[in-house]
Amino acid sequence: MINGISINYYLLLSAVLFIIGAIGVMARRNSIIIFMCIELMLNAVNLLLVAFSTLHADASGQVFVFFIMAVAAAEVAVGLAILSMIYRNVKTIDTDILSNLKN
Amino acid sequence: MIKLIGLVPLFPLIGFLINGFFGKKISKGLSGIIASVSILASFILSVLIFMELNHSENKSHIVNLFSWINSDTLIIPFELLVDPLSSLFLLIITGIGFLIHIYSIGYMSHDEGFARFFTYLNLFVFFMLLLVLGNNYLIMFVGWEGVGLCSYLLIGFWFKNTAYNNAARKAFVMNRIGDLGFLLGIILVFVTFGSISYNEVFAKAGTVPTHVITCIALLLFVGAMGKSAQLPLYTWLPDAMAGPTPVSALIHAATMVTAGIYMIVRSNVFYSISEVASETVAIVGVITALFAATIGLFQNDIKKILAYSTVSQLGLMFLGLGVGAYSSSVFHVTTHAFFKALLFLGAGSVIHAMGGEQDIRKMGGLSSKIKITFITMLIGTIAISGIPPFSGFFSKDEILAHAYEHSPVLWFFGQVASMLTAFYMFRLLFLTFYGKFRGTHDQEHHLHESPPSMTFPLIVLAIFSVLGGLLGLPEFWHMPNWMANNLETVILRKDPSTMPHETEWMLMGIAVLAAIATIYFAYIVYMQKKTLPLKEGDKMPGFQKLVYNKFYVDEFYNAVITKPLDVLSVAFHKFFDIQIIDGIVNGVGSAVKGIGSGIRLLQQGNIGFYVISMVIGIVFIMLLTFLI
Amino acid sequence: MLTALLILFPLLAGLLVFFVKGNAARNLALGFSIIEFGLALVAFCMFKHNPDACMLTFDHAWVKSLGIHFSVGIDGMALLMIMLTTFLVPLIILSSFKNDYNNPNNFYGLILLMQMALVGVFTANDGFLFYVFWELALIPIYFICLLWGGEDRGRITFKFFVYTLFGSLFMLVGLIYLYNHTNVDGLKSWAVQDLYNAGRALTETQQSAVFWMIFIAFAIKMPVFPLHTWQPDTYVTAPTQGTMLLSGIMLKMGTFGVIKWLLPVVPLGLEKWGGTAIALSVVGIVYASIIAISQKDFKRLIAYSSIAHVGLISAGILSANQQGIQGAIMQMLEHGVNVVGLFFIADILFRHTGTREMDKLGGIRGMNGNFAVLFLIILLGSVALPLTNGFVGEFLLINGVYQFSATMAAFAGLTVILGAVYMLRAYQKIMLGDRNDSNVAFGSLAGTDKIVLSIICVVVVAFGVYPKPLNDVAEEAVKMIMLNLK
Repeated sequence: MINGISINYYLLLSAVLFIIGAIGVMARRNSIIIFMCIELMLNAVNLLLVAFSTLHADASGQVFVFFIMAVAAAEVAVGLAILSMIYRNVKTIDTDILSNLKN
Repeated sequence: MIKLIGLVPLFPLIGFLINGFFGKKISKGLSGIIASVSILASFILSVLIFMELNHSENKSHIVNLFSWINSDTLIIPFELLVDPLSSLFLLIITGIGFLIHIYSIGYMSHDEGFARFFTYLNLFVFFMLLLVLGNNYLIMFVGWEGVGLCSYLLIGFWFKNTAYNNAARKAFVMNRIGDLGFLLGIILVFVTFGSISYNEVFAKAGTVPTHVITCIALLLFVGAMGKSAQLPLYTWLPDAMAGPTPVSALIHAATMVTAGIYMIVRSNVFYSISEVASETVAIVGVITALFAATIGLFQNDIKKILAYSTVSQLGLMFLGLGVGAYSSSVFHVTTHAFFKALLFLGAGSVIHAMGGEQDIRKMGGLSSKIKITFITMLIGTIAISGIPPFSGFFSKDEILAHAYEHSPVLWFFGQVASMLTAFYMFRLLFLTFYGKFRGTHDQEHHLHESPPSMTFPLIVLAIFSVLGGLLGLPEFWHMPNWMANNLETVILRKDPSTMPHETEWMLMGIAVLAAIATIYFAYIVYMQKKTLPLKEGDKMPGFQKLVYNKFYVDEFYNAVITKPLDVLSVAFHKFFDIQIIDGIVNGVGSAVKGIGSGIRLLQQGNIGFYVISMVIGIVFIMLLTFLI
Repeated sequence: MLTALLILFPLLAGLLVFFVKGNAARNLALGFSIIEFGLALVAFCMFKHNPDACMLTFDHAWVKSLGIHFSVGIDGMALLMIMLTTFLVPLIILSSFKNDYNNPNNFYGLILLMQMALVGVFTANDGFLFYVFWELALIPIYFICLLWGGEDRGRITFKFFVYTLFGSLFMLVGLIYLYNHTNVDGLKSWAVQDLYNAGRALTETQQSAVFWMIFIAFAIKMPVFPLHTWQPDTYVTAPTQGTMLLSGIMLKMGTFGVIKWLLPVVPLGLEKWGGTAIALSVVGIVYASIIAISQKDFKRLIAYSSIAHVGLISAGILSANQQGIQGAIMQMLEHGVNVVGLFFIADILFRHTGTREMDKLGGIRGMNGNFAVLFLIILLGSVALPLTNGFVGEFLLINGVYQFSATMAAFAGLTVILGAVYMLRAYQKIMLGDRNDSNVAFGSLAGTDKIVLSIICVVVVAFGVYPKPLNDVAEEAVKMIMLNLK
């Protein structure tokens, strides 16, 4: 029990967030939105980590979260930079069209 | 002096090295002298050693040179053995070797490969000496293969001629077939006795089951068949006549081809124990003697006739070995070395006079033109035909007497073979030296007696061919048989002859009468009726055609071994190797490649697809983990 | 220490040579390889003096947690293999002096790196280290064949690389399996003796599996029938020096491996499957010899003859007795020298006439007598005529196989006959007869060619007449190995 809310609710919430994110990644074609969905999945995991960290009264979970946030921020920076470069060159960020690596 | 035995093979080796390295730089005369002197030095030393051995109580001296191959229990020192047998062969090899070296100086004088010839010849003598001097089977094998190599080099001496090269190659390969048997025999000796030194092996021979001894003896005999040109491995010897004539005399008549006899005499302990092996030797010997003598009847090449005669005589020696007459065979080796070397050298002299012609159909009437050659060859022919008191008579008679004691059938066929010998040898003599000259005008003009360096060896050999019989007079004449007594320590003697003297006299009488009758028959055919051999392309009666073509043995081998081997080789390569084995290997490669390109299609670049398959994968794994 | 130096020196020398431009690279490489030979001679003398000299071993922990050591040492067999390697590499380098290769610095650098890996393979006393060197040896030769090879080299070299790598991975699995069964005070170990102990403790089925996994790697390298099909193509396509390295030394990695890393490990597996492996080897002898008869390209003929020779070596080793293994070691040395000589002759022929097709050659005996004699001597060594080096090994090998099975020995002995058939036929076609219309004049040999051939000929004769210096070392080494086998 964390502040009167059962751990199950945290689990449920993060699962829902994760699935929303996953479906977003799978279904959408706009790269920006895919990016946001990835962030959503990361945050779902973050939430879970924090929740368990509090539950077990162990700080290492929160340390992980900081790591993830830092890495995510770096990733977003690099990712957005790549996207903007792609957009400049190809004039689109639709992932169905961006399949040149196939060959 | 015996301690210096190592020098005997060393002299020819030095001669070989000098001629081999500097032959091109020194003059022909010098290189001939170096080669001959090196053999002469060996000969003198051999004589000294031989005499010392005769006077010494101890009849077997072993001289260790260095240790050669060691492998745990297999210890093979490089040791030389001096005993009556090896010292006798030393004399034959170096003595006749020296004469033939002298002869070659004259015979080869116009050849551009003069120094090369003597290089090979010296190397041959070196290996031949090793062969007879070795104190264990492997040293014998060293010499054995070494003389094979020299034979190869000398048969193919005129290397621009493809036919000669083929003959050389054939000789080497056929010898190697025998050598494999010999090698396996040596290994079996080692496995059985734990040693391959003669004295150790022979001392233990009685303690081993007979069938093992039989195996050893037969394997060794396979080696002897190759080297001494016995059925079925004889076909290389007639072809080997492609080499220069002195080579035919030295290697393919007097020394190398008798190595098989030497080996069996050396191993006589085995053959005395194993009935099966000695019977085999006798039967192979007598069949070869008869077979080769038959072929000799219709040959027209002077050297080929002598070659078949050699095969036939070797067969006779093997007959002797097979019936346990070891010392008689050695005796025949000795006398044969004299008269066959003489005949070959004489033939060489004839060929020399004829300007390279070897076909007796184109000769005739040479007796007055080349007198010395004629007389010496006449002596040789009489000797080989077995007319007393020439040397061939005594040695051949001894073998045949022993054969009769063993089995009259063997004696009968041996007797027929020697009658055939007398016939074709006199045919050769009559056609070559009597009648009218049948060659071209140029040849007739060119006819001349050979230089003294060639006639001198002929004369010496002729003397020996006459007197050689003294070495082994028949025992029932109550004369000392020096040969048998001398070899007593080497040979495990069977019981002395129990034949009544009347029988021996009878056999001797039959032999002489048969020989004379045959010669008379040859005289009628070739002198009175002046029959000439058929020309090339003439129609021959069936049997004569068969014999003239040597029973088609070469063609048979060609069709049964050579051709199939070539076909097999191509089939293995083109079909089995490339199609099947490599096909499987490449098939595996292509399969992997095919699967890869199949799976590649999934890689279509659509991120959405990747993510979905990832999620499906994760879900699948989770389901697996939870359900199982 | 000395052993480590023997490995390190060619590595540094090789790296240095990479940075030298032009022909200086090959001179430098020659110098370095001669120094390496000198070092090996020093090792030889030290070993003769005291086989247990501590200078000859070197051990340093590499990855402690996994029990991996950089552990190298010289025993009798390793010594002989090192002598062979260090003797051949200068000859191989010298033999290339008349060939102009592009980027000589890379070429000679790779040869020296190859030498490093080979010495490493022969001295490694640690299973993991052995594997590392084993694979390391593949890299330089791959590039040598790929960059300087002949026609269709891409496909053929790729096949060679993948084929051998494929086999090596089986060996890695086998070694790891053994490693997992080691137990030295509760820890695992890669040390050779520990792997032996681990292997011997396995059941028969396990040993059989390990036997085949490791044997396949070695069998491909040698190669043993029917895993040989990469070999003729590779030998023909590789540049001559590459072929020399492959056949002269690299092939011996396989036979060496069987003696050191297979026989003592799985005695039960050997007992069960040794006969099969010998049969395969013997089939290979006859099969390759027969194929060699109809070859038209001299280089390919030597390649097939090499399969036949190595089949005999393999059969001798697997018969696992003193004569067989000792013969194998002797034959490895002798075959190394002879086959390098033969490939060099093929190279000289190609350089002078522009072809290796034997039907197009002929009559060279008449044009260059010295070359003919040198060729003949090497050829006789290769057909194992007594008093040439090839005979000692071949006699012991057939002897060893005979003790295993007389029938096998009889078939293995066919190499005596068939070897003479194809070699003499080749000699006749190339050298004898009259001059062939299509071939150009065959002039005298270049100085370096003469030196290389003469050295090889001297070795062929000298160690045939007096093999004792090498034979003694081999005998003692095999006695030690036999102790391990019992």
